[in-house]
Amino acid sequence: MKSLPNFTVSKENRSTIMAITGRLDAKGVSGLWQDVTQKKWTRDTPDLILDLEEVTYLDTAGATFICHLEALAKSRGFKDISIVNLKPEYSPLIDLARHIRQKDFSDQIPQKLSFVEDKGKTISEILSETKEFITYTGEITWALVQSLMHPKRIRWADTFLIAERAGVNALPIVALISFIVGLVMAFQAAIPMRMFGAELYVADLIGIAMVRELGPLMTAIVLAGRSSSAFAAEIGTMRINEEIDALTVMGLDPVQFLIVPRVIASTIITPLLTIFSNLMGMLGGALVITSMGYPIIAYYNQIASFVEWNDFAGGIVKCFVFGILIAATGCIRGYQTRSGPSAVGVSTTRAVVTGIILIAVFDGIFSIIYYCLGI
Amino acid sequence: MKQSQTAIKIENLYAGYNHIPIIENISFEVFKGEVFVIIGGSGCGKSTLLKHMIGLLPPVSGNIIILGERLSHAFGKEKNRILQKIGVAFQSGALFGSMTVMENITLPLKEFTRLPDSIIKDIAWLKLQLVGLEKSAFLMPGELSGGMKKRAALARAMALDPSIIFLDEPSAGLDPVTSAGLDHLVTDLAASLGITFVIVTHELASIDAISDRIIMLDKTTKGIVATGTPEQLKNEKNNPYVYNFFNREIDKGEK
Repeated sequence: MKSLPNFTVSKENRSTIMAITGRLDAKGVSGLWQDVTQKKWTRDTPDLILDLEEVTYLDTAGATFICHLEALAKSRGFKDISIVNLKPEYSPLIDLARHIRQKDFSDQIPQKLSFVEDKGKTISEILSETKEFITYTGEITWALVQSLMHPKRIRWADTFLIAERAGVNALPIVALISFIVGLVMAFQAAIPMRMFGAELYVADLIGIAMVRELGPLMTAIVLAGRSSSAFAAEIGTMRINEEIDALTVMGLDPVQFLIVPRVIASTIITPLLTIFSNLMGMLGGALVITSMGYPIIAYYNQIASFVEWNDFAGGIVKCFVFGILIAATGCIRGYQTRSGPSAVGVSTTRAVVTGIILIAVFDGIFSIIYYCLGI
Repeated sequence: MKQSQTAIKIENLYAGYNHIPIIENISFEVFKGEVFVIIGGSGCGKSTLLKHMIGLLPPVSGNIIILGERLSHAFGKEKNRILQKIGVAFQSGALFGSMTVMENITLPLKEFTRLPDSIIKDIAWLKLQLVGLEKSAFLMPGELSGGMKKRAALARAMALDPSIIFLDEPSAGLDPVTSAGLDHLVTDLAASLGITFVIVTHELASIDAISDRIIMLDKTTKGIVATGTPEQLKNEKNNPYVYNFFNREIDKGEK
């Protein structure tokens, strides 16, 4: 078994002799250092002799320990400190450790930025990134316009693959969330409505809320969390692997090649998923209403007579815009990925955050427009 | 050269992924204090063998004995204890990107010892001095060049003063001067600190400069085709595979 290092102290004439035994490796010296600093071992002598005869092993940690021990002894009032019985193979290590101890590395420590500099740097970074964001938005818009003028240029195979991954595969989660939102909303609304004996009017509430607002919003937020982040991670990784540079050098436009298919796919699937979400939400409401004893046909008639086609159309128009926003923010944030291991993580987070903020802002804008138009 | 004590012993090892061996029935020994080089063509299983030797992959069968303890059958704490005796510098450096070079090196010291910060710092400075990186201590790994990353990885591998250090392709992607500098560093450390090095490489110049002993793996035989000192292998006329490798000739049989 390994021998844990230890030390014994004796006194001889004018010197204290400290004999250290055992293995002086990183683990061993950590215990020994605590003993040395905590125990009282100094004898009132001017000199200290470190006897290393019984040291069975010494590595860089051990050598550093010896140097620190010398410094500690100096601070405890010893005038002359000497090392005896050091095995010759260890002496270069001790010399190296002493050399390190004497060296002053303080000039290597990076200076901290002042408050003003720090804030200034942050602001200039934010400004330049906003500028980049606007530039990319322009580039994507232009690439989309060009693609629509020349539909053959669009990489349809990629587009459909992305539509499947980001859209079809998102069906279960969109369905689940919408169903539960419809169900919960119906339960909550039914309580006050019951006081007026108007439980059936819950159907109107759910119909209008799902179709105009919640269906599009829920779908968009789920897609922002699920697909926008995936786009950012995918494109960010491609940026780090220099794949985007490779595309550029081959003369292929990365925006046309990577971003346009994603934006088109997302623009197609968001309205489709929203229709599905609307239905699932209403189904959730139907469950509550039927459980209260109303026939399902009454629920259906109530919604059909109250929700109009322009409510539905208003919701769907929003979805096209949300679809573009989700894909574009994901792709742009991915495109802006810097180097470093956490860069992709940062990009995906920012993709989701920016996506959700933009969705909320545009939802507000749409509400104002619809109000003015009287829809 | 002390060639008496065994540092690593590989016995009848079948190495591979998912129980499918890429290397079959190999046995060899690495002695304490030597620079041991594993070479072979692309895809012959050099890196796989290394992954087995550092305990990242369990062997399909056979034994891996590190400093007298069986790594291949150790688990949990027991395995961690054995692994603390070795250091590994990965091909890409594998430095933790969210920490400075200094923090990368002090991490194992802070985790495994109870030393005060001042001593830990000095140990780290010592390692940085050994690899010549003291000017880059507070840089992030993303700001380092390829050669500096490898040296920093070596410094981190040495943090706990392991007696064996494994290097995966230390000279891959480095210019000849930097690569020679790294070779020099390895031979220096092996001589001064008595560290055993196990190095996977296919850089001929570096094999010449550093290796005490070489084993060569081969894809077709799934085993060791040659063992010996660099001089022995260079003058190996009987084995065309070894001869071609060392003389950079294209295998005419395959063309």
